[in-house]
Amino acid sequence: MATTTPVLPKLVGQRVKRREDPRLIQGLASYVDDIKVAGMQYLAFKRSDVAHGRITRIDTTAAAAMDGVEAVFTGAQIAEIVPPMPIGTPFPSPAHHAVAVDVVRYAGEPVAVVVARDRYVARDAADAIVVSYERLPAVVDLEQAMTGKPAVIHKDFANNLAVALVPGGTGVGADYSVDDTAINKAFAAAEVVISQRMVNQRLAPTAIEGRGVLAHYEPGRGTMTIWSSTQNPHILRTMIAAMNGLGQDQVRAIAPEVGGGFGAKINIYGEEYVAAAISKKLGVPIKWVEDRSEAFVATTHGRDILGYIDLAAKRDGTVLGLKLRLIADIGAYNMLLTAAIPTLTMLMANATYNIPAIRVTLTEVFTNKTPTDAYRGAGRPEATYFVERAMDMLARELNMDPADLRRKNFIQPYQFPFATQMGAVYDSGDYEKCMDLALKNAKWKELKAERDAAKAKGRLVGIGMAMYVEVCGLGPSSSLPTGGWEHSGVTIERDGRITATTGASPHGQGNETTFGQMLADQFGVPLEHVTILHGDTSIVKQGIGTFGSRSQAVGGTALHLAGGKVKAKMAKFAAALLEANEDDLVFENGRVFVKGAPASGKSFAEVAAYAYVPVPLPPGLEPGLSDEAFFEPANNTYPFGCHISMLEIDRETGEPKLLKLIAVDDAGNLINPLIVEGQIHGGLAQGIGQAMIEEVVYNSDGQLVTGSFMDYAIPRAIDFPRFELDFTCTPTPVNPLGAKGVGEAGTLGSTPCIVAAAVDALSEFGVKHIDMMLRPEKLWRIIHGGKS
Amino acid sequence: MAQISITVNGKVRKADVEPRLLLTHFLREQLNLTGTHLGCDTSQCGACTVLIDGRSAKSCTIFAVQADGAAVTTIEGLAKDGQLHALQTAFWEEHGLQCGYCTPGMILSAVDLLQKNPKPSEQQIREGISGNYCRCTGYQHIVNAVQRAARG
Repeated sequence: MATTTPVLPKLVGQRVKRREDPRLIQGLASYVDDIKVAGMQYLAFKRSDVAHGRITRIDTTAAAAMDGVEAVFTGAQIAEIVPPMPIGTPFPSPAHHAVAVDVVRYAGEPVAVVVARDRYVARDAADAIVVSYERLPAVVDLEQAMTGKPAVIHKDFANNLAVALVPGGTGVGADYSVDDTAINKAFAAAEVVISQRMVNQRLAPTAIEGRGVLAHYEPGRGTMTIWSSTQNPHILRTMIAAMNGLGQDQVRAIAPEVGGGFGAKINIYGEEYVAAAISKKLGVPIKWVEDRSEAFVATTHGRDILGYIDLAAKRDGTVLGLKLRLIADIGAYNMLLTAAIPTLTMLMANATYNIPAIRVTLTEVFTNKTPTDAYRGAGRPEATYFVERAMDMLARELNMDPADLRRKNFIQPYQFPFATQMGAVYDSGDYEKCMDLALKNAKWKELKAERDAAKAKGRLVGIGMAMYVEVCGLGPSSSLPTGGWEHSGVTIERDGRITATTGASPHGQGNETTFGQMLADQFGVPLEHVTILHGDTSIVKQGIGTFGSRSQAVGGTALHLAGGKVKAKMAKFAAALLEANEDDLVFENGRVFVKGAPASGKSFAEVAAYAYVPVPLPPGLEPGLSDEAFFEPANNTYPFGCHISMLEIDRETGEPKLLKLIAVDDAGNLINPLIVEGQIHGGLAQGIGQAMIEEVVYNSDGQLVTGSFMDYAIPRAIDFPRFELDFTCTPTPVNPLGAKGVGEAGTLGSTPCIVAAAVDALSEFGVKHIDMMLRPEKLWRIIHGGKS
Repeated sequence: MAQISITVNGKVRKADVEPRLLLTHFLREQLNLTGTHLGCDTSQCGACTVLIDGRSAKSCTIFAVQADGAAVTTIEGLAKDGQLHALQTAFWEEHGLQCGYCTPGMILSAVDLLQKNPKPSEQQIREGISGNYCRCTGYQHIVNAVQRAARG
């Protein structure tokens, strides 16, 4: 039937520009440091300038006497109001005080706190605190640390072993019993074995907005409001309540605009606990905002895991077995998820291949460094890097095209769901299709010819490729101590506009747009009529947060389910109003009507208004249109992709330059390809940063050498070529959206494909592997010293 | 205390300030212009970029007293008469931002770039914004945005 009304386009799958942006491009957004509360006082932390030492004396006299200083607290005084900090993993953990009480274990660990009227006075006063230390030997070298040398950092953890040894893979039982038959058989049958020690170096997440917190305890009401630059306000609420003797009903946690997280804003930090406890003790609002030098020592680092890999194969390229010994340098303490991150490296050691036998062992080690925790990818880039580097080395050893080697070993589409040797169940995949598209887009044959021609002219040009598969969309609850679900609420307002809440608290992911697109389609209304609320526990009833590429796959599904419940109820009201069968109704174009007869229907707003003044009230219905849903996936999702790079190294200076980066990613169904591309670009940038220029460096005293942006290089616009993206689409059966998650993907394939290209560029020097980052001096030595 | 007079977004602002007060903090805390952000304190990241007498400058390493007598434009002053600046529109159209924290400084650096070079090549754009860090976007959509604004 013809109609003159313009039809609202379906928005899911469209490149809709973001609804968040108008406030952000005009300076009208409120990040935590933009928020002021009357009477607010500022915190500054006095931090240890030694890596390991016993505090022998703290003199706070001069600081306390300064004009504008409200209070000074030593670690012992803070310990009276802040209990040792909890962690979120089941591993044993030493007591960790928010402010050190007697021993400092990394440079930058807080030793005292100042409360003052402004941030300048607070900083002056912190600087005026004098701390004396009995120096203890700094534990810096990872493999030396495992022998308990030069010191044991926590007395109950012999040889500095935070996690002594966890085995996983083929032949390992749920009780960690070990049967070596299969892995021994695989290596006994090997015609070639690749063995390599590889370092996946320490990184600093460096969101451009550092962390910050504003805690406001109101003594008259007995309630706490805490604003924090966090990825998960509901977890913050849980922890702040528990640590301050308050109920969760008495704490309101707010993540305002958040300037990037990258995993480092999952953890609930000592500064948050201290600000809350001091606000409660003094009855005044307390703000703390991290400066960049603090961020480098006080915000968790990422990666820092050593791998010894052995890959067994036949000479035709068939992979028979894989052994991976993982040793993680977790720094001085366990934070919320610290100990769990390397277990994700274990979980993903199966990569995209049919490998008959795999054995991984994991050890985690304390050192006198800033603690590690999640950083974009969190355990999966490490697995990808180790396995893909070994595959590349095997291809080189066998003189095989690296793509042909992968093709020979891929898990095949018909094998999904695929139970891996590591205990994961991959949901869906078509790795060969994805790789073939990447090879086609990269013009792989021509690329090889181009490389060969450049080499013939004496240029050091190389190409590399890598596959990845990652685990995303965390839950279920058995895999997350917070609960592995997400929550959403959907309300049709009386005027027909829609308010929805999501517990997936974004920090740049664009959920206000993507979730708005979904609801606009679900209800057939304009996007402008939908508001997505997030980040405030007093508005969003429940939630977990945004990490592990879960917000679309888990949070988006919760939204979809809540919307479905409300829509079903709204259909009953509409059916009563239209004297029709609810199953025959269509929600489209701002109207609700009987299928095939749009003119006979009612406007969406009319139906909504009726639901709130239901005269007559249809039998069996309550008034109103509001409902909620929790969604817990039965399994994780496993997105995958193929990345290809071309790189040139300057023969004279050793400086590498990335010439091409081609990525084909498969995250299942995409809600907004524009936003997805942005996510991939950002992930690639961080992966390329790790491969080429980023590295946290400590000296032998445990001093952080890369403590500012002057020393720690994060990529700039000139460091990148134009990325060439494409997608295959293999929907997941794990959720009704078929969406897998895409936030971290770019960090996975980029590192091994770039190192492979560097090795390829330097092949004439006989080099087989180069540890990241690709420092020019390191490459220059290979070129001019002839050795790795 | 030192007396200063700075024209901010077209309006003369007089104040008594501590000589050590950074221009960023003057803008953010005394004028409540919180669109100017602090990212590093060492002039690397550019989140604090504003225009001083029309040229981009990093306000975290300038004392407010050094800007005495100058005209400062912050992100809040870029749109005119309710119309977004071409670069603001372009950043929106091209998805040139994610978390948005670097965006005000990035846009103001791009304003300066296009004033000096209205038709920059991609390489010139990449060089022109290399004093500004973005950890979210990988820069590609930012480059697209500057190209769009330059096309007019």
